[in-house]
Amino acid sequence: MAPKLTMVEAINLALRQEMERDDQVVLLGEDIGVNEGVFRVTAGLHKTFGAERVIDTPLAESGIVGTAIGMALAGLRPVAEIQFAGFVFLGFGQLEGHAARYRSRTLGQWTVPLVLRMPYGAGVRAHEHHSESREATLAGVPGLKVVIPSGPRSARALLAAAIRDPDPVIFMEPTQLYRAFREEVPEEPELGVIGRAHVERTGSDLTLVSWGAMMLPSRRAADALARDQGVQVELIDVQSVAPLDAATILESVSRTGRCVIVQEAARSFSLASEIVARINDQVLLQLEAPVQRVTGYDVVTPFFQRERLYMPNEARIIAAVGQALAD
Amino acid sequence: MPLKEVAKFSVSQLQVLDEHGQLDEKLDPRLSAADAVRLYEAMALGREVDQRLVRLQRQGRMGTCPTCTGHEAAVCAPALAMTERDWFVGYYREIGARLMRGDSLAQSLRYWHGYEEGNLQPQPGRTLPVTAIVGAQVLHAVGIAYAMKYRRETDSAVVTFFGDGATSQGDVHEAMNFAAVWQVPVVFICVNNQWAISQPREQQTRSETIAQKAIAYGFEGLQVDGNDPLGMYLATDRALRRAREGGGPTLIEALTYRLLMHTTADDPRRYRSDAEVERWWKRDPVPRMRRYLEGRALWGEAQQQALQERMRQQLDAAVAEAELREDWRPDLLFDHVFGAPDPELEAQRQTFLAALPAATAVDAHGA
Repeated sequence: MAPKLTMVEAINLALRQEMERDDQVVLLGEDIGVNEGVFRVTAGLHKTFGAERVIDTPLAESGIVGTAIGMALAGLRPVAEIQFAGFVFLGFGQLEGHAARYRSRTLGQWTVPLVLRMPYGAGVRAHEHHSESREATLAGVPGLKVVIPSGPRSARALLAAAIRDPDPVIFMEPTQLYRAFREEVPEEPELGVIGRAHVERTGSDLTLVSWGAMMLPSRRAADALARDQGVQVELIDVQSVAPLDAATILESVSRTGRCVIVQEAARSFSLASEIVARINDQVLLQLEAPVQRVTGYDVVTPFFQRERLYMPNEARIIAAVGQALAD
Repeated sequence: MPLKEVAKFSVSQLQVLDEHGQLDEKLDPRLSAADAVRLYEAMALGREVDQRLVRLQRQGRMGTCPTCTGHEAAVCAPALAMTERDWFVGYYREIGARLMRGDSLAQSLRYWHGYEEGNLQPQPGRTLPVTAIVGAQVLHAVGIAYAMKYRRETDSAVVTFFGDGATSQGDVHEAMNFAAVWQVPVVFICVNNQWAISQPREQQTRSETIAQKAIAYGFEGLQVDGNDPLGMYLATDRALRRAREGGGPTLIEALTYRLLMHTTADDPRRYRSDAEVERWWKRDPVPRMRRYLEGRALWGEAQQQALQERMRQQLDAAVAEAELREDWRPDLLFDHVFGAPDPELEAQRQTFLAALPAATAVDAHGA
């Protein structure tokens, strides 16, 4: 039987195996070396691979992203860490202006195969700027891939795929899931597919779409709906925010005719909005009811005493499903 | 309260060939005849390209483009000091140097006329393309230098160029700081042309020199007469040697002047005096290098005439090549968002192609 790992351990496994496979893979970030990362994601790696491959950088996010771009242009495979996703905007200029468009502006002659890892999201009682969900902001930049795992096994497989991907990949790690549960993760390498959603549970009554930490209440809601109401929900884990696997979602919605989208992020200009738009483009006439969105609100992410009040939960999801079924 | 001095520093300025053509024999880098002529011809070509670009732009045959006139020594002499194993990470004011590095003139003209195709290099090697976000490329240079150090490529260093305005950017600060902490092989060349569009150097920094900023990061900074090709060669050559030997970064402040407008869309008379510009024309690096060649009996009127004719032909040919649009494909950009095709992008490409006749009609009417 494969060992049961937390998401932190699974990410660590992917990093270790990719570094063993390819000596051009280097890690850089704040406190990732001697201290092994503030969440201990890089545990043991500095010891195994040394300071040259597990680089403690000065405290500067633009510097981290910008030098990672240079490393990638020179043929290394940098995996950079932003300590918390709330700080990525100090490096956003480098991401938008350079990482995302080097391939495009040079018609493929110069590419930036880097991975930018970052813990994100609320639910762990962290302070201001440590709990945002800005996946749509990043996914809105042409040329960036954005990937979000929802468990240890998908985290390991998707991170390995991201490191081997020829393009810049933003790898967003839901902090709430870091140690939320364990899952069997096989020792032999597994590669996820970026650009593919995962149908986690099949059902014919309604399509429930979510990703990241919101898969937790979505799973619980799907269980409760089946148990208490006999409602069979098809649960889709988006996994790849960009490119978005719309085909899998649309195929499901065209069968069920009903859809609820659950996201932690603020409601407007969001991935949920984008999925509704795609449904509207292609399967509107197969809908039996308006698509429901269960989301955060268009407010700054609250400090942690209030964060639970603002995050979608099982009850809100069940209510939205009820609404979609009643319409 | 008694104060203890904990640090002190000084900043030097290097000049080998002064504006009167006077050579400091002790510092003379003793360029070979071939190198000296190559440097002059590159500087002259850079100047010639500039003039043609501006003319083409005025004729509506070229997009807005920056000028490099006055910068020829500051950028071409470092390019001469570099080998093809070294990396060139510049911004957008180094045309003469980029041509020395193997970039294509026709492609450069295409780039400035708004075609992505212009960014295709004949042989992508170790010269990064033009980039517009001020200062951002300096961080890329440091990342590349890290890769060189990591790979033990001890014959390779990185030279990165940026202007005086860029020194106000956080990215330039972060780059110098990272480079010093990491001790990576990079040479920072600040082409201090004293104007960032309309903002004079004093409005970017109150530092007496830009070179002295290096001291705060923990490496050597040197001010060089940026209109002195031999001084720029010597300084870059020394810095490159130190970098390749593991001695870490160097900052070279090339003190020069932007003799023309920022870009063809700029009118410098709005913010600086003709008298100031006139003073700097007297220090023009191109004739200075020519006088040096003449002093070594490597150059004369006959060579100059022949060079002018060669450059004219080269430019005519490049303009003709750049204006060929045979390979032009409207949907090109859909090919290169990602390394592999994406279904949504392919669907959008079809929409784009279907809308093309209408878009072309609107474009033809100048709307």
